[in-house]
Parts: sequence; C-alpha cells; structure tokens
Amino acid sequence: MSSDGREKLSSGAHCPIPISEYPTVTLAHGGGGRMTQMLIERFFLRSFDNPQLELLHDGAIVDVETLRLAFSTDSFVISPLFFPGGDIGSLAIHGTINDLARCGAKPLALSAGFILEEGFEMAKLWRITQSMRAAAQQVGVPVITGDTKVVDRGKGDGVFINTTGIGLVAEGVSISPRAARPGDVVLVNGSIGEHGIAVMSVREGLEFETALESDSAPLHDLVSEVIRAVGGELRVLRDPTRGGLASALNEIAAQAGVGIRLDETSIPVKDEVRGACEILGLDPLYVANEGKCLLIVARSAAERALETMRAHPHGREAAVIGQIVDEHPGKVFLRSRIGGTRVVDMLSGEQLPRIC
Amino acid sequence: MKYVDEYRSQADARRLVAAIRRRVTRAWTLMEICGGQTHTIIKAGIDRMLPEELTVVHGPGCPVCVTPLEQIDRALAIAGRPEVIFTSFGDMLRVPGTDEDLLGIKAHGGDVRMVYSPLDALKLAIKHPDREVVFFAVGFETTAPANAMAVWRAKQQAVSNFSVLSAHVLVPPAMEEILGSAHNRVQGFLAAGHVCTVMGYRQYEPIAEKWQVPIVVTGFEPIDLLHGLLMTVDALESGRSGVENQYSRSVSRDGNRHARELIARVFEVCDRPWRGIGVIPASGLRLRPELAAFDAERRFDVSHVSTRESELCIAGEILQGLKRPSDCSQFGTACTPERPLGAPMVSSEGACAAYYHYGRQA
Repeated sequence: MSSDGREKLSSGAHCPIPISEYPTVTLAHGGGGRMTQMLIERFFLRSFDNPQLELLHDGAIVDVETLRLAFSTDSFVISPLFFPGGDIGSLAIHGTINDLARCGAKPLALSAGFILEEGFEMAKLWRITQSMRAAAQQVGVPVITGDTKVVDRGKGDGVFINTTGIGLVAEGVSISPRAARPGDVVLVNGSIGEHGIAVMSVREGLEFETALESDSAPLHDLVSEVIRAVGGELRVLRDPTRGGLASALNEIAAQAGVGIRLDETSIPVKDEVRGACEILGLDPLYVANEGKCLLIVARSAAERALETMRAHPHGREAAVIGQIVDEHPGKVFLRSRIGGTRVVDMLSGEQLPRIC
Repeated sequence: MKYVDEYRSQADARRLVAAIRRRVTRAWTLMEICGGQTHTIIKAGIDRMLPEELTVVHGPGCPVCVTPLEQIDRALAIAGRPEVIFTSFGDMLRVPGTDEDLLGIKAHGGDVRMVYSPLDALKLAIKHPDREVVFFAVGFETTAPANAMAVWRAKQQAVSNFSVLSAHVLVPPAMEEILGSAHNRVQGFLAAGHVCTVMGYRQYEPIAEKWQVPIVVTGFEPIDLLHGLLMTVDALESGRSGVENQYSRSVSRDGNRHARELIARVFEVCDRPWRGIGVIPASGLRLRPELAAFDAERRFDVSHVSTRESELCIAGEILQGLKRPSDCSQFGTACTPERPLGAPMVSSEGACAAYYHYGRQA
C-alpha cells in the first residue's frame, strides 16, 4: 500500500476507489445496483477499456468477415443451489442463452466452467448437470467445451458455474442500450419478481411457504419472434436480473441519455410476489427476474410486439409499462397507484428488509 | 390484493385530497411520527398532492436512525469477535458507526447474519451451542414484544449462549421532547399506528391535553395517511385537541395487553441517548436486572467505546422536524446511500433515504 492510503495496482495506477471508502469487497458490490455499477466502471472498464465493453450490454458483438457473432459470459453463485422452479444448472444455461438473446442473436454453443468445493456431494452435482443437459437440449444449444477446478473445503459454496456462449446475430438487427429514443415504448414479457421471491422462500433463516416458482426460462425464441415481427423497430433488450426492473431501466436511461416514465398500475406483479414483498419489506421493482425481458420498441411497433409476445408461452402476460421521454434524461419516474409521482432510483447495494 | 388495494385506491385518494383542500384555510405544520409513514408519503407522492398551506415534517420514528452511535459501535465491537454470531434486522447492517458498518465487519470475516425475527436468532443459538449468538434489539414499542419474547424463551429454555444488545426507544417521550423545544413548529401529529397497536393510545391523551395538540393515530397505507392528514387538519381548523384514531382496524385504546405485559416482564424504562438528539429521560428500554445474563452489554465488556460523529450531518435537526433532508448541504453530494454520513440516509425508514431514492432532491 502506498503512503497516501491507496492500493497500487500492478500497472502503477492508483486504485480508483479510495481505501477509506471500500478497502474490501462487500456483498453490496454484487447486488446489481449502483455499487456493482461503480465497481464495473472504476475497475473493469478502466482496466479493459474498449468500445464494445463500454456499451455495458448483456453481451458483445464480434464482426468476423460477413458474420456478426454475439459473445457473452455469466457466473452463477446462487444460494440455495436448488429452489422452486429451477436450480443453479438450469439457471446457468438460461442466463447465458438470455444474454445472447438480448443481443438479438440465435445461440450457437455454450461452454461451462465448474468450481467445485471439496466435499460437495456427487449426487447433487449429477442433479445439476442433468438439469443443465435438459435446459440445453430444450433450447437446442450444445455445451461444447468446459473446465473443472476443485477448491479446498470452505473456499467455495458447493458449486459455482460459469457459462459462456456465442450466437449468430440476425441480419439487419441492431440492438443497443443506447438506441432508446423519446416516444419509444417500454414493454415487459410478464410479471416481475418471481425468481427473487422463490429463491428467498427457501433461503436459510427465511423459509416461508409460497406456491411461487422461479420464472427462469430461455427467452431466445420469444426474442427472435419479436425481431421477426418488428425488425429494426426493436431498439433495446435488457435482462432485469439482479437489481430488478428498476436498476435495468436506470441503466438504459443513463446510457441512452433519455428519461423513462412508468405507470405503476400497468406493471404486472403477481399477488404472491406483492404479498411476500409487503411482508418482507421489499420492493418488487428491485427483485431479481430470470425469465423476463425488457423491450424498448418504436411506438408504431408496440402493438405488434405486444401481440407477438402474448402469443408466446413465455409472454402471455406481456404488458406496456411505460415510455421513453425527453424530459429528465437519465432518470426513471413512476406514476404511483394513487396518482402521485416519484423517482425510481437504482438499487444501492442490496435490498435490506426493514425492521417493522 | 385484498387488504392492500383498498388502501391504495386512486379514486379514494383524489376524494381525500379534495376534502383536505376544501378544509384547509390557513398554514399548518404537521408531523408524521413514524419513518414507515414518511416512506409511504414520499413513495406514493402524497407530499406533492397536498395543498401548499400544509407543511408535513418528518418525525423521529426511525429506530435505526435514532440508535445512538455508541450502541452501534458496541454492536460492531461484539460482531467482530470470533466466537460471536451477530444477528440483526437487515436495516441496521449499513448504518455507519464511527469507523464502519456491520457489512464491513462481515467483509472482514465477522459472522454477521440478517434475521427477520429475534426468535430466529434464538434458534441459531440453540443450533450452535459452541457460539455466542447476539441479537441487536432495535426498535420502538412495535418490535419490543417479539424481542422480549426471545429473551423470555431463552430464559425458559435455559439457552445460555444467547444475549441481546438493547437499543429500544419509546415514542411518547420523544413527542414531548419535540413539543417542549423552543424551536418547535409542529401543530399536529400523526401518531405511529403500529406502536399504538401494541401500546394503545391512552399514553397520548395527557400529551394532547398538556400541549393542546391533535394527535391522530394513523396507519401506513397511502389512504391511511391521507385520511389521517384530513382528520388532523379538521381538528386544527375546528380548534380541537385530543387523540383521535384513524387506524381503528388495528388500534384500540388499550392496545395489546399480552404484548404490553411481556414487555414489562422483560424490560424496564431507562434514560436513553437518541442519535443526533441527545439523552431523553425515560425514553428507552433495557433488560430488567434479573435478566442481566441475557444482556450483551454485560456479557461482552463494551461499556467503553469512543465515538466520533460526522460534523456535517444534520440528522438531529431532521429527526426533530426542524429541517428537511433537502435542506442539508451534504444531501446527495457528500452523503449518499453508498457513503452515508448519518443513519437516515441508509435506513429504509430514514427520511434522507426516502428523499434520495424517490427523487426529492433540493
């Protein structure tokens, strides 16, 4: 450590986060909100600095002669490993498939990397790999390469999985978080918050009974049908995973330099999710999703996009939830159920349940 | 969703706002006591629907915000010990102590766990007999019964590795403190519905009488708040003081007798410093002497902690309704939820957090 209290990186550059603020990584740095964004911007963007990465999209596009390939990676560290509606295995497949779909790509192949903790039960690993196999078969995308490492007991949480995928971007498709324009319409393919609540319902110390299941699902097919229906009028696709709908929309508003207006009554939320959120002191707008997709489309294409989604099994409850405006750039506003308005901020750290 | 949607109806909200507008003839300053009410007001945008004659200031009813710094530093000192599993409601984890917060202790290897109920902390103690399980008993009269229950069960079941660090506070002395201040501008109160669910509202009658103010026991949904505001305005405009009950679906005059008895069996009233405000006589709860074995302050020698509060934070004035978060020069600049100078910026019931998250910037 240097004398001014900042850690030196090997390049000789100063650590961009003052040591007095965050000398160590906290869980909040992984919450998907502002702290995560800060970590990405100050460490990874500065370290790997390139225009592709700066887009901060769910995946990157690589041009190879006449082909456009989408390329994306994701790591899965979920606890518990098995939850209503899925497990870490199916999630690891769906997550990367969906990241590729967010680039407007047809997934071609996946890799899978496993970090296993010494002592982890083989029977559980078998369940997880079988679940991955089933998920990959369902989407018709093979896992064609992989890696395995084992760490000492106590240095992992059972199993961590990384998946990376490549996909082929359809011709004429140009989806970018910066493409949102005033007048465009915001849609979501169904009700929000189910994954986060389903996982919480089985987390140690928090168990509660619910009929809810995770919404984890592959959305490449839904996305390709929307692309077929509206083509270039589809501007932005985004995963409202960690940090939920609110954080994803804040990222889009910031990157595109536009304002977003939402209508609380039009955002689909199941009663089970609302009820659990009321009891737990959480806001569904910030709860994680795994089978949901935010779409921003030109107003002229909104009706077609909505009909296309509603005709698809993963989009039956699709809804228009808001619009892009040129006022308050970078900010998301919500018209509340009773008719007031407020800002919907990005998640800061993790959602912490309240006392009473 | 039944029992929720009825209290978030736009048509009813409009009717109540119109009724408030019709009833108001001059300027009034009202205070909602509870941080949960503050958040409903800001989150639902109620403050922007009210006539300009009404000024709503936010009260001290955020247990996280008023927990004194020395108690947070004690919590940090205990949580850092290797034999301890430190349990807390989620709200407290990011509240800044002198040097760091509980999440920081966790990042350094401390075993800090979030629980939803003190009884879950007791279960942890039974499950881990080789560890010391400590629960951070924070809150107003609302959380006191459950925390008392955890201690009482620990005694009954002879769980010797369980203790609580009490930072309990009481609402009525804080209201008297506000009313007795030379700077007070509050003319009517919305009392905290959940505190009154436990305690009833008999305690508030002498306060309303002594200071000649209306006190309306109010719930937490948007319609409750608008209805409570209307009742308070109506009382002020008619020159009425006294206690009225908007939250009658939950609150009775005597409250929950069993809960009150349990509190009295486990806790006794003590003087308590409130963060940013100072010591308020007879405003806190500590464990009764016969339950000292369950008192974490005694079990771990943490009586001497040295504290250092931010000189820039005006939390005390905000908690007394003298200033609003947007009046603070540090708001949103030097003080944010990621780098808070004071507790109201990180607590989910804190007024500064409400202003920050729901966009009430200066």
